[in-house]
Amino acid sequence: MHIVDGALAVPVLAAGAAMTVAGVAWGLKRMDYDHLPQVGVLSAVFFIASYIHLPIGFSSVHLILNGLIGLALGWAAFPALLVALFLQAVFFGFGGFLVLGVNAVNIALPAVLVYYLCRHGISSPSPKIAATWGAIGGAGSIIITTIMVAFSLMLSGEAFLLAAKATFVAHIPVMIVEGFVTAAAVLLIRKVKPEFLGIDEERVYG
Amino acid sequence: MPQFLEHSGTSWKGQKVKHERSLIDRLDPRLRVVMVTLFAFATVLSHNFWVLSVAVIAGFVLALLAQLNVKRTLRRVIAMDMFMIFLIILLPFTTPGDTWFTLFGLSASKEGFLHALMILLKAHAVVLALLALVGTISATTLGHALAHLRVPDKLVHLMLFTVRYLDVIGQEYKRMRRAMQARAFVLRTNMHTWRSIGYLIGMLLVHSLERSERIMDAMKCRGYKGQFYLLDEMALGRDDYRFMALFIPFLTVLTGLNFL
Repeated sequence: MHIVDGALAVPVLAAGAAMTVAGVAWGLKRMDYDHLPQVGVLSAVFFIASYIHLPIGFSSVHLILNGLIGLALGWAAFPALLVALFLQAVFFGFGGFLVLGVNAVNIALPAVLVYYLCRHGISSPSPKIAATWGAIGGAGSIIITTIMVAFSLMLSGEAFLLAAKATFVAHIPVMIVEGFVTAAAVLLIRKVKPEFLGIDEERVYG
Repeated sequence: MPQFLEHSGTSWKGQKVKHERSLIDRLDPRLRVVMVTLFAFATVLSHNFWVLSVAVIAGFVLALLAQLNVKRTLRRVIAMDMFMIFLIILLPFTTPGDTWFTLFGLSASKEGFLHALMILLKAHAVVLALLALVGTISATTLGHALAHLRVPDKLVHLMLFTVRYLDVIGQEYKRMRRAMQARAFVLRTNMHTWRSIGYLIGMLLVHSLERSERIMDAMKCRGYKGQFYLLDEMALGRDDYRFMALFIPFLTVLTGLNFL
């Protein structure tokens, strides 16, 4: 999912950076100091998830989990994901430095969208419906992220069109895995610590 | 699946990575962050092969000066290459232009190849400089340097918390995976695996959050008011001025080469 430095056109880099700055500013504003540790935990989980590899046939995919992070954090997903991507770029060389803005918005904006789309669904009284919305959130965030990555590439040059399409196809297994994993995680958190996903206990358990 | 595939070989070791003190480590962390940013701008915005070649060499020199661990650095550079390998291979075939050679009936254009080469050079120059100048700063010091550079307070706090939790959550994850292995759980491509991993992540979050709440309470108990105090006074020393005297003219020349 990370795009490296040098691949994208300057206007795309600038637009990505501007959107990330706006998103992070808004996210920081809505996050008070008491929530800092919680946001830090989620940021670290995104980092750790990137080295949990699950087998798919002969190959393997790693988890991204931006859907789950979005469901838990809302707008605070922006600063959380920016920090994790920054640490990955600086200490592991994943992705690039100037492209950080584009990478952050590609991963964080879907997380925020999923928050608004699915947060009602996951607090449904029926576990089945909640799991379905969790799966929609998990798979949906990856779908939107891949489309945004493809768009960032396409806007940088016609020649990237095929690579953009290939990115989408290559991520179909990731979408499926993320859907199932996020659904299971949502089901567990609903039972164990519902307040974490902002789930109204009264609505779930009457 | 073999055990070594489960981890990308890049797991977070935080501050525990062995690193010998080098010339680069004598420089002010703030200076290193600023210089790498300027260097990245000079490299990424250029479209000149001479500039990019010099930039890659500069990246190498910085990596040598920082005495980066060869094996670790190579692994990271290769990991980055994996992110763009498809892009690089596809570019010559998808860029319109004069046919350079044909492969399986597909014609590769010279323009596409040059474009791919340009991306390769830029990405490597930036990543080497980044790993050499900033990757060698300990994460805590980096946080303080960013705070001194007027990065918003909350963002720096968040980064410091994240660095702290990476260690904790990484260990918690390994502990829970070991417990699953002890119960003969093997990763496969099926629902059972995905559900179990989902539960694992859910439990990981619950454990970590409860821990973070305890940490927050303990901090409040000791008078935490949403502020860390930056005790380290960062000041530019003689080495920093020497480095600037070398690096700023170099960047100017690098930028100037574009217009020749």
